[in-house]
Amino acid sequence: MGELYKVSSNPHIRSKVATNGIMLAVVIALMPAAGFGIYNFGPRALAVMLVTVASTVLTEFLFGLYRRKLTITDLSAVVTGLLLALNLPVTIPLWMAALGGVFAILVVKMLFGGLGQNFMNPALAARCFLLISFPTAMTAFDCDAFTGATPLAALKAGEQVKVLDMVIGRTAGTIGETSVIALAVGACILILMGIIDLRIPGSYILSFLIFAGLFGGHGFDPSYLAAQLSGGGLMLGAFFMATDYVTRPITGRGQYVFGIFLGLMTGIFRIFGPGAEGVSYAIILGNLLVPLMEKYTMPVAFGYGKGGKRREK
Amino acid sequence: MAKLTFTGGIHPYDGKDLSKDDPIRDVLPGSELVYPLSQHIGAPAKAIVAKGDRVLAGQKIAEAGGFVSAPVHSSVSGTVKAVEPRRVATGDMVMSIIVENDGQYEDVGFQPRSSVGKMKREEITEIIREAGIVGMGGAGFPTHVKLSPKEPDKIDYVIANCAECEPYLTSDYRRMIEEPEKLVGGLKIILGLFPNAHGILAVEDNKPDCISRLQELTRDEPKLGVRALKTKYPQGGERQLIFATTGRKINSTMLPADVGCVVNNVDTVVAVYRAVTEGRPLMERIVTVTGDAVVKPANFRVKTGTTYAEVLEAAGGFREKPEKVICGGPMMGFSMFDLNVPTTKTSTALLGLTKDEVAAMEPGPCINCGRCVAVCPGRIIPSRLADYASHFDEEAFVANYGMECCECGCCSYICPAKRPLTQQIKSMRKIQLAKRKK
Repeated sequence: MGELYKVSSNPHIRSKVATNGIMLAVVIALMPAAGFGIYNFGPRALAVMLVTVASTVLTEFLFGLYRRKLTITDLSAVVTGLLLALNLPVTIPLWMAALGGVFAILVVKMLFGGLGQNFMNPALAARCFLLISFPTAMTAFDCDAFTGATPLAALKAGEQVKVLDMVIGRTAGTIGETSVIALAVGACILILMGIIDLRIPGSYILSFLIFAGLFGGHGFDPSYLAAQLSGGGLMLGAFFMATDYVTRPITGRGQYVFGIFLGLMTGIFRIFGPGAEGVSYAIILGNLLVPLMEKYTMPVAFGYGKGGKRREK
Repeated sequence: MAKLTFTGGIHPYDGKDLSKDDPIRDVLPGSELVYPLSQHIGAPAKAIVAKGDRVLAGQKIAEAGGFVSAPVHSSVSGTVKAVEPRRVATGDMVMSIIVENDGQYEDVGFQPRSSVGKMKREEITEIIREAGIVGMGGAGFPTHVKLSPKEPDKIDYVIANCAECEPYLTSDYRRMIEEPEKLVGGLKIILGLFPNAHGILAVEDNKPDCISRLQELTRDEPKLGVRALKTKYPQGGERQLIFATTGRKINSTMLPADVGCVVNNVDTVVAVYRAVTEGRPLMERIVTVTGDAVVKPANFRVKTGTTYAEVLEAAGGFREKPEKVICGGPMMGFSMFDLNVPTTKTSTALLGLTKDEVAAMEPGPCINCGRCVAVCPGRIIPSRLADYASHFDEEAFVANYGMECCECGCCSYICPAKRPLTQQIKSMRKIQLAKRKK
């Protein structure tokens, strides 16, 4: 026998897309929203982002030291940290932001087995954890730039809101949620790069708008619906959080079910709930039901069912 | 109806420019030719020559070992040196006939036939069976079995698989450019077996020159048509091809004949033509030698039994030591550890890659991104099936259509976490298939 070559099972080529590339793309797609957050709320917004990202990455690194496995290179901790910051008010004490990062990575992600094993979106779970633990600090939207209620709270109180300001993002709210334009630019980046598709955001937003139109008390009044669409965490949640690969159904039909479920829950929380917001809790709740949604939407293999001839024995 | 494509699939780098423009050249074999008795799916052939016998080119040296089996012919004249187990490309030891080449290439005297039109169906399938023709796209299913469905009247389409969707391969392309008449002629012969069938030449639209050439040749044939399919791997997979050309669907438990289709690869159809009209058995094929490690990538007419090393020599050898050598294409071919093994009826290509992309990538955890689901032509969930396979959950594997996997490799190719999905599913399928046989 002559010289020997390497052997392995087919296929022998691989695409160039890798996990850390996808994560990097998400970080890039979040940049418009993050940049606008800094412009809107001042340099403290940047400080919050740096703290949460440092906290998530460091937590994962330390956990990796303990488990002797370096996992921070997949950049998923950066995404979690950044998303968390965008979901926090700019006035939040930095230690709380850091604590949120630790909770997101340690409790929600690593203790369940690390990347791919968490059953809730880590950033949102951390946000909810902070909301429950520190409700005052988490809903203090008065800052140097803005005083008074968020547009959604104002809307719920029956006040007039300026939809144009909401679309541009010159309103109070969490760091990353205010500007529809900045979020839309990021969402377009993700869609054009093929990282997300419109199944979840589309069915989410559409079902929410229908719900708000039916039960919001204003009918299908365009300015009311536009305000509901632009306000709160809906855009951020629909395009960046609900589409999180790990915590959404993998089946195509399941993704529509997931999106519609989120739309209905967000509508219920916003319209009938005590607060004006509902996106975070809706997504967390949806995350928990993902296995069920997948179970009932498993696809039928090619050649079975419609168009196929024989059925599975 | 026909959509000319299918759902799923991928667009890998196709590498066809390396070898597509050189005309096919002949390779003369070395002094020793090896003919494995199992070059096809089904029972191994039985040797009918013994050590010391003189054989001629085209002489049958092993007969079919059953209905689903095929005879083997010598591709050179010479003396039988031994009948013994030899290593083949897959790495297995297979009983083989070894012929010492006398360099004369004296043949048995092939008898061309002129009255093909008047021949009965049984006569033609018998000629095809005796010629040892098997599916030359890689699977090696005996062609006469494919051409003998229970109800020949119910066959509506005879499809010539000219897709050649596998990256790097250009042997079918060269055949279509150089000998399209034989392809069309072969298809007409097969069409003659099925009174109600129409013939389809299914070509991917990245070969416009083949499409126009075949369209010219079939212009006056009411029962023949050319279909330009969208270029996408695995368009040439049997199930995808049938769906793209006819809109009919088959699953793993069905045969193409169940939906009135018969599918044959380009080289197989040409082999049928040569067997029926020229009286020549299957003893040569076109092999693409390509890859970035090869000096002069090209296509060769190879006498079966020639070693891969000799074919590679004709392409100028390797410019640098490849990390990986593949028999077939990069998606479904298998890697070889040694080149001193014989080419067979199903040897489509020899691919030398300087870099082994697979070994360079460390698998990470599944992030549930769903890319494997999006590309799977079988419309199953590869990431979950791979999980079931690695946990050895046989029940869940079968219940979730694990057996529908066609092992095309799209899921492993696309996976951003570089997980060996196809490999895990494939091993579980092998286990399940072995259990069914018991």
